[in-house]
Amino acid sequence: MSKGKAPARPLTLEDGLNLFLKGVKHSMVLGMTLEEITKEGLIVRLPYSEKIVGNPDTGVIHGGAITSLMDQACGLAVAQAMAPDFDITPTIDLRIDYMRPAEPKRDVLAYVTAYRKTRSVVFARGVAYQDSQDQPIAHCVANFMRMGLSKVPWKPAQGEEGAS
Amino acid sequence: MNIQEVVHQCRENNDYASLVKAVPYACTIGMGCMKAGDEVIFTLPANELNIGNPTLPAIHGGVLGGFIEQSAQLHILMLMETPSFPKVIDLSIDYLSAGLFRDSFAECKVLRMGRRIANVSVVVWQARKEEPVATARAHLLLS
Repeated sequence: MSKGKAPARPLTLEDGLNLFLKGVKHSMVLGMTLEEITKEGLIVRLPYSEKIVGNPDTGVIHGGAITSLMDQACGLAVAQAMAPDFDITPTIDLRIDYMRPAEPKRDVLAYVTAYRKTRSVVFARGVAYQDSQDQPIAHCVANFMRMGLSKVPWKPAQGEEGAS
Repeated sequence: MNIQEVVHQCRENNDYASLVKAVPYACTIGMGCMKAGDEVIFTLPANELNIGNPTLPAIHGGVLGGFIEQSAQLHILMLMETPSFPKVIDLSIDYLSAGLFRDSFAECKVLRMGRRIANVSVVVWQARKEEPVATARAHLLLS
């Protein structure tokens, strides 16, 4: 990215997040797209397709596809929280609670936020839904490790210390 | 063929590969299943389409999650008297190290099988079982 020609205009947050998303092969295989960026977080869409069906008798999509969606969406929200800086942030852990099965033949949306950022860890959470966020299919919390500290000089801003 | 018939056939033939093949999502990530005596080990062969981090490269965390979830589900399905897809209530995954671009294996342990809920613990490894890349705990609803 840093090598080669400089881009004609500076990358927007949306460009950056889309670049990040497009680089993740599996998310492209599932057809995920960045739907919306909000002030606190973002929304990612997972389109319905036969290949993510978990129960062939009912056509309900597999929880695993929702896990992939939530992991990806949380990763993007973490990148959003880091912007304009960039860091490598592998998932430490992820917990997902399934409230109800997704309705077959309909896309699933994930709204996620990275709600706390410390020097070493970023905390994210979100919901997966179809109609409205008040009727969630699943809830998710995931924590991410910040890897770049040794390489990127970074001074914590006020109120940013926390878990080490 | 519905899932009950598939499970019965798997039991008769002592071959669970067709059970994995009955689930479209399991086919998408390329899951497999190995019998080792009475034990079952689920496999996730290295697959370019499962990559999450392109620079390492490493398997997508969500794929590992899906693999874990599907393994737990099938493991329980095999044990049920009248098999029907158990619903996952919750799943908690700890990522211990990056799942590299190589074959992965999962083994499930049922810690408790109640009448309605099963608690399953899953370990995923690549090189050595003693060095898991992820561990997880799931609750499944049986009825």
